[in-house]
Amino acid sequence: MHRLKKIFATDSYIVPIVAIIMGFLVGAVVMLIGGYDPIAAYSALFKRVFGSPYDFGEAVREMTPLMFTGLAVAFAFRSGMFNIGADGQVLIGMTAASVVGIKLAGTPSFLLVPLAVIAAGLCGGIWAGIAGYLKAKRGINEVITTIMLNWIALYLSNYIVKHFLLLKGQNRSVDNPASLSMTFLNSLFDNARVHWGTALALCAALFFYVFLWKTKQGYEMRAVGLNPHAAEYAGMNVGRNVVKAMFISGAFAGLAGAGEVLGVFHYQSIFAASPGYGFDGIAVALLGLTHPLGVILAAILYGMLTYGSAGMSFGADVPPELIRIVIGSIIFFIAAQGIVRWVLKPFYFKRKKEKVL
Amino acid sequence: MSAAAPVVELKQITKRFPGIVANDAISLTLEKGEIHALLGENGAGKSTLMNIVFGLYQPDEGSIEIDGKPVIIDNPNKAIELGIGMVHQHFKLVDPFTVTENIVLGMEPKKGLKIDYKSAAEQVRKLSEQYGLQVNPNAKIHDISVGMQQRVEIMKTLYRGADILIFDEPTAVLTPQEITELMAIMKRLVAEGKSIILITHKLKEIMQISDRVTIIRRGKVIDTVKTANTNPNELAEKMVGRDVTFKVDKRPAQVGTSVLKMTNVHSKNKDGVSVLNGLNFEVKAGEILGIAGVDGNGQSELIQAITGLRKIDSGSITVSGKEIANLSPRKISEMNVSHIPEDRHKHGLVLDFTVSENMVLETYYKSPYNQSGFLKQDVIDKHAEDLIKQFDVRTPSIENKARSLSGGNQQKAIIAREIDKNPTLLIAAQPTRGLDVGAIEFVQKQLIAQRDQGKAVLLISFELDEIMNVSDRIAVIYEGQIVGEVFPQDTNDQELGLMMAGSLKQGGKAGA
Repeated sequence: MHRLKKIFATDSYIVPIVAIIMGFLVGAVVMLIGGYDPIAAYSALFKRVFGSPYDFGEAVREMTPLMFTGLAVAFAFRSGMFNIGADGQVLIGMTAASVVGIKLAGTPSFLLVPLAVIAAGLCGGIWAGIAGYLKAKRGINEVITTIMLNWIALYLSNYIVKHFLLLKGQNRSVDNPASLSMTFLNSLFDNARVHWGTALALCAALFFYVFLWKTKQGYEMRAVGLNPHAAEYAGMNVGRNVVKAMFISGAFAGLAGAGEVLGVFHYQSIFAASPGYGFDGIAVALLGLTHPLGVILAAILYGMLTYGSAGMSFGADVPPELIRIVIGSIIFFIAAQGIVRWVLKPFYFKRKKEKVL
Repeated sequence: MSAAAPVVELKQITKRFPGIVANDAISLTLEKGEIHALLGENGAGKSTLMNIVFGLYQPDEGSIEIDGKPVIIDNPNKAIELGIGMVHQHFKLVDPFTVTENIVLGMEPKKGLKIDYKSAAEQVRKLSEQYGLQVNPNAKIHDISVGMQQRVEIMKTLYRGADILIFDEPTAVLTPQEITELMAIMKRLVAEGKSIILITHKLKEIMQISDRVTIIRRGKVIDTVKTANTNPNELAEKMVGRDVTFKVDKRPAQVGTSVLKMTNVHSKNKDGVSVLNGLNFEVKAGEILGIAGVDGNGQSELIQAITGLRKIDSGSITVSGKEIANLSPRKISEMNVSHIPEDRHKHGLVLDFTVSENMVLETYYKSPYNQSGFLKQDVIDKHAEDLIKQFDVRTPSIENKARSLSGGNQQKAIIAREIDKNPTLLIAAQPTRGLDVGAIEFVQKQLIAQRDQGKAVLLISFELDEIMNVSDRIAVIYEGQIVGEVFPQDTNDQELGLMMAGSLKQGGKAGA
């Protein structure tokens, strides 16, 4: 109980909640200016998400890659790096899962599926590890290399699909026999594409927490992230930690790719542009204050808003793009915490006064 | 002093920050032509007060009067307009610019559209002559000494018409000779009708130069006294709030075998400039070797070389007979070398780690803190609890971030951690920098206690008093070389100062 009190007493939890409320308010104001009814819009949004088992399952599907990429960005951030390349790492993870699933199609499923998942995580990790290596050995800023690697990943993935996995006459790969789908839930969710990736994402969040805060390695990574000079002074190998942290970050993103290919689509498309999971992941990581629990909650919110926005246009005739304004303002308020604190100030003041009395 | 209104009068200035009252109803008067020292520990509120005078902060309560007229100083430009100038501790100069360019920056005399450097240089030369500053108007900043750079800072304020000068810890970076010269300049300034507020915690300087002293403790004025009517002990007591002994008590050193030996060590920096030029010295068990020198003569590089943070090009460094040159910091740490780093924020602590986490910064990977890859948080916490008790580190709890501790307590935490490693060699780089009298006393006692236990202690400090009081032997470093070794009882500030400036080689005899 005491612990619970402590959690709610710190304003690090209050600020994001207030920021979310303020984000919704800003969205409402914009809707009013545009001549829409915000209450109808928001209720349509939530109705869409919770209205039917199918939609709820699909909303969960929407959240899953965001959990992974959010964790990826947050993990790198905790180790002092800005991984803008989660997008490319997702693509590499997808491609690895496709290659393993399709090329080893004869393998029994209880072996094939784990193999494909592991390959996705491993390749995503190595892809990010390249940026880590370049930073550690050559001092190249990871922001630049990860952006460059995003494009390389996009064209490399398309090349591999086009030349080795193509379904004749289509712009996609042949079907992937490895499946992460939770088919036993089909009746419950009315055939929504729910898959094991969601459970895997929750495990990843748990791993994130335990690894970073309970292990020796995690201690090193946090020290390197917060103060590389002190880490070096204390005898830690800064470069090695940078590579390791990027590897783990990339592995999270790679698993997102596995979830999409093996759990949702069961094939891989040739992408005209990058799917954007990685960039949403940055927003999710910021929204979740780069804490694993926060990231999961943020991904749930982000996924709900994104999925529900379709319902807004359907049910209330509000353009779904408006939800981007809500998401944008929430992130803005979280980044500009000063504004939130300013809004909260009168409440704090009141509380203090009461204490004095 | 005349009956005229004081040049500056602060009335009941109060400034609150979340959680603390930085200035609590502070009143202070600065008379025309006086040097008024502001004395206080770190965090006592000196800087806050001066930032209010210079317009960087607004007081929550109280008022400021200049020449008897109430004023509101809401930004530094207003302060300059009112004739207030600040000589910052960290100089704000553009290195590749000349002295004149730096002084007129922002207030350039113009001739049409062009800046009239000729008349600017002439003005600078005149100012320099008037106050005996001897600055060459056309020299580039990076070619002149630190002392000269400080004079450029002084001239910047004078050029802007300052009558009230605030000096913030002006002697921290100067050699003894430069300090003497600065004192003369300050005397000259007041003789020319300027008034000076001197922020410092060096009692010696206050006694030498100030007319009056105001002592601040925890945001409150404790007393304002005439310097002539007081003495350093009384001032220190008022500042810290208890008795302070300046004499460092120590028994004669029981010198044992050689622990650290540096032989002909050479090292170049990134630009290929030689920073260590054949360095030779040794530190024996049971003694404190003090390295005296002006900042930037290879002290930092010397420590980096011993602790594995810098590669050396040639020579040998041995600890207890084993070669450690170019080993990794961890390997060296494991050979029982402890290091209290020069910059506690950059190297000594992870400021956003808890106190508890910081206490195992170098030992987290060892048993009992680490068991098969997992950290034993309860053992780590217990260890931290023990250390903060033993070394009197004041923190609300071990869960607080190191950032929230005061400078003195941060340093105590580092010292606790380093001494707890039970080193054979303890390297203390500027261990008392920025600390107040009470904390300095604590740190120095710890160093001597280590020596008495038979540890070898290497002390690097820019404070001559510290070197003289604490060391058993002194080596003077100049341009990456040891230019002389002396015993503290056989030397004096003057001789050391000359050696530090490179004008006297191989200690012992004066007259170079």
